[in-house]
Amino acid sequence: MDKPYAITLSVGSSLANHTGSWRVEHPEYVNRMPPCNKACPAGENVQNWLYIAEDGSYEQAWRELIKENPFPAIMGRVCYHPCQTACNRSFLDEAVGINSVERFLGDHALEKGWKIDPPEHETGLAVLVIGAGPAGLSAAYQLRRMGHQVVVRDATHQPGGMMRYGIPKYRLPREVLDAEINRIKEMGVIFQLNTRVDDVHDALEEGFDAVFMAIGAQLSKRTYIPAGESARILDAISVLHHFEDGQTPMLGRKVVIYGGGNTAMDVARTAKRLGAEEAIIVYRRTRDKAPANDQEIEEALEEGILIKWLSTVKYMGEDDMMIEKMALDEKGFPQPTGEFETLEADSLILALGQEVDFSLLGNNVDLDVKSGVMDVDTNMMTTHPGIFAGGDMVEGDRTVTTSVGHGKKAAKYIDAWLRQTKVEAKEEKDAVAFEDLNTWYYTDAPHAVRERLAATRRVYDFSEVVQGLDESTALYEARRCMSCGNCFECDNCFGVCPDNAIKKLGPGWGYEIDLDYCKGCGICVSECPASAIEMVSDL
Amino acid sequence: MSTTQIKFYQVGSFAVGNRLLREDERSVQSDPERTNALTSGHRACQGCGEALGARYALDAAMRATNDQLIAVNATGCLEVFSTPYPESSWRVAWLHSLFGNAPAVATGVAAALKAKGNHTTRVVAQGGDGATVDIGFGALSGMFERNDDVLYICYDNEAYMNTGVQRSGATPPAARTATTQAVGAKPGNVFGQGKYLPKIAMAHDIPYVATATIADLRDLEAKVERAMTMHGSRYLHVLVPCPLGWGSASCDTIKIARLATQSGLFPVFEAINGEVVASSKIRKKVSVEEYLKLQTRYSHLFSPQRNDEVIDHLQRIADKNIERYELMGE
Repeated sequence: MDKPYAITLSVGSSLANHTGSWRVEHPEYVNRMPPCNKACPAGENVQNWLYIAEDGSYEQAWRELIKENPFPAIMGRVCYHPCQTACNRSFLDEAVGINSVERFLGDHALEKGWKIDPPEHETGLAVLVIGAGPAGLSAAYQLRRMGHQVVVRDATHQPGGMMRYGIPKYRLPREVLDAEINRIKEMGVIFQLNTRVDDVHDALEEGFDAVFMAIGAQLSKRTYIPAGESARILDAISVLHHFEDGQTPMLGRKVVIYGGGNTAMDVARTAKRLGAEEAIIVYRRTRDKAPANDQEIEEALEEGILIKWLSTVKYMGEDDMMIEKMALDEKGFPQPTGEFETLEADSLILALGQEVDFSLLGNNVDLDVKSGVMDVDTNMMTTHPGIFAGGDMVEGDRTVTTSVGHGKKAAKYIDAWLRQTKVEAKEEKDAVAFEDLNTWYYTDAPHAVRERLAATRRVYDFSEVVQGLDESTALYEARRCMSCGNCFECDNCFGVCPDNAIKKLGPGWGYEIDLDYCKGCGICVSECPASAIEMVSDL
Repeated sequence: MSTTQIKFYQVGSFAVGNRLLREDERSVQSDPERTNALTSGHRACQGCGEALGARYALDAAMRATNDQLIAVNATGCLEVFSTPYPESSWRVAWLHSLFGNAPAVATGVAAALKAKGNHTTRVVAQGGDGATVDIGFGALSGMFERNDDVLYICYDNEAYMNTGVQRSGATPPAARTATTQAVGAKPGNVFGQGKYLPKIAMAHDIPYVATATIADLRDLEAKVERAMTMHGSRYLHVLVPCPLGWGSASCDTIKIARLATQSGLFPVFEAINGEVVASSKIRKKVSVEEYLKLQTRYSHLFSPQRNDEVIDHLQRIADKNIERYELMGE
């Protein structure tokens, strides 16, 4: 080629100069653990379904969600959302309203009638699930998805367990409960109701390849209370159960509830709705020590329920009772003060916690019980091979969400046990901390609040107290997610690289580092809002 | 020109891209088909702010002119690291002559286009702070005075970095450079000297003067786009931190530019016909100390002992900017 005067070399592009050779470290895309996912007792991949919902792909988001938990509409009402407590956004403005988005997705799915796909193939193996509560249903659902034949037996005439017989309908409307359970039925899970299992060993002999026990904790704990002859003392679980079955219990005008857990709140609020003029909760410790969820305490107080903190019941008579004031000692334990008070009371309801009814274990001694709960190993299997247990009857938080998590986990190990394989151990990852994020890029957006019925209106009937979000508000809420530890394709890395060393692969495909040119400056890592890139040594 | 506030919460208008925005609302830099006016393989240091600023500005100018653009470059880092003979990193028609004459060359290019009847091709001139505020200052002032149809972009890294970090007229007070060592009673660059070119440009009453940083990409792109809707002399002053000369970590380049704006030390504003019409408000106010302590050119203010007098003086400068340019919003 003819070159101009004094020019000896042809023009070339700097692309010939591979500046990647300067580098001693390079960025790598990672998926880190978002705090919400880590906190979820049911192991939901919260960040992921929020991400999918953000562009309005609700069905896809819902399908992602139900991989872990078949009850989004129920969860959106009864879960105490530890995910929101863990949410990093709370350090910026307010936590993302994950629970309300979950409810929106759940309700939206019911409205649209989305179904769960039946399993692609049948394994020919059969599993018996004892107990149609959240743990049993969750296990049945997961096992059915894996292609196993599943039979669920329950002693009552309706499925749902404590979701039906423990949680009042003003918190969980029964249409919602029925609809989400029905979806599981439609997958081919067989329900045998009014069928009490007297001995779990018989089940194995019936031909089931494995058994999952999830009968809950149904026996009310009792305490000795000196009482007059005609004193009316009931237990909370029976009251709620009978009421659910249409038998309105005789509680009288003035009802006292003894206990400080969620059941105490539920039964007090139910009593008020049944027409009690006064519902008083008596609890021996202070509010901050009470096991009940704070929002439930708050809602109970709003509805005019009185709570006598630091008090114990000394005597129950026909229409009055005596309580004793307590004081906390230096160790924080309540001690009697000798100061008494008389309350008018037509009935006393005990809500002092529940115990497991172990009668189904039979007379065989090969199933171990430890400290009042079933002894299970890390695979949820009892000391009898092939018999697994979960939910309230094993150790753990006694919440619906924890039970759903137990059911899912047990299903995974039952499946592995049936197929003689091993469940791959997952590495415990630390959750992404707020300090790891580059929050400059997130605009301020306060939390959308869910409407609640006015307290004065809600004590007259069993209408649902907490309302859902409409679509635009749910979308807004989903978009407040900061996507901790996971790329959400904001293009920051692609934009801020001074060397064009990042390739954008297109929607859903993320990015790729061009190691030929990456000089390893690390700007992409520091400017990533979500902490989804890390520097890795090349040496 | 009216700007629409982008209603999106997960990431507002502060990130480069956003999968939830319509294509036409996205930044130039989020486009996989962007020009990459300054492409890979250039020899700028790790984490170079100037390389980033130049690509941001020229890619935006290319989109605004439908790729009908000629760029004239002064001598400096940007020229040296992009065009070692016979290689070029430029994917735009690009011309270099001397250190001090870029504005005059750009004037000539604009005049030639006019003479040829080409009314679509636009001209950009660019240089570092040395070429702009010192060596090419006379030529630039002449270009402003004649109101020649050129957008001049100054990438300000506050010293002569290419030749080994010597002080320029844009070096801030107290900063250490090779020629303003941190020794004596008043270490670093002296207070009360230097020049602030955006104000000098405004004094020429040219159609458009603006400042920007690489920490706010969308603002920078909007200003380039706006400048390209106008004719006559336009001036854009972009702060581009220099990890080598400022003694900062290569990964902190954008962070430092951000702290410069959030402390008030570098006001970001726009002026039309010599009058300030808008300024970018501070979102998360920080003290100047947060900005200074990430850079070893200011390390003498913190060790062996803290020099409160100088830090306070710099803080007063920042506070004055906040007041003068109304940086605090409502």
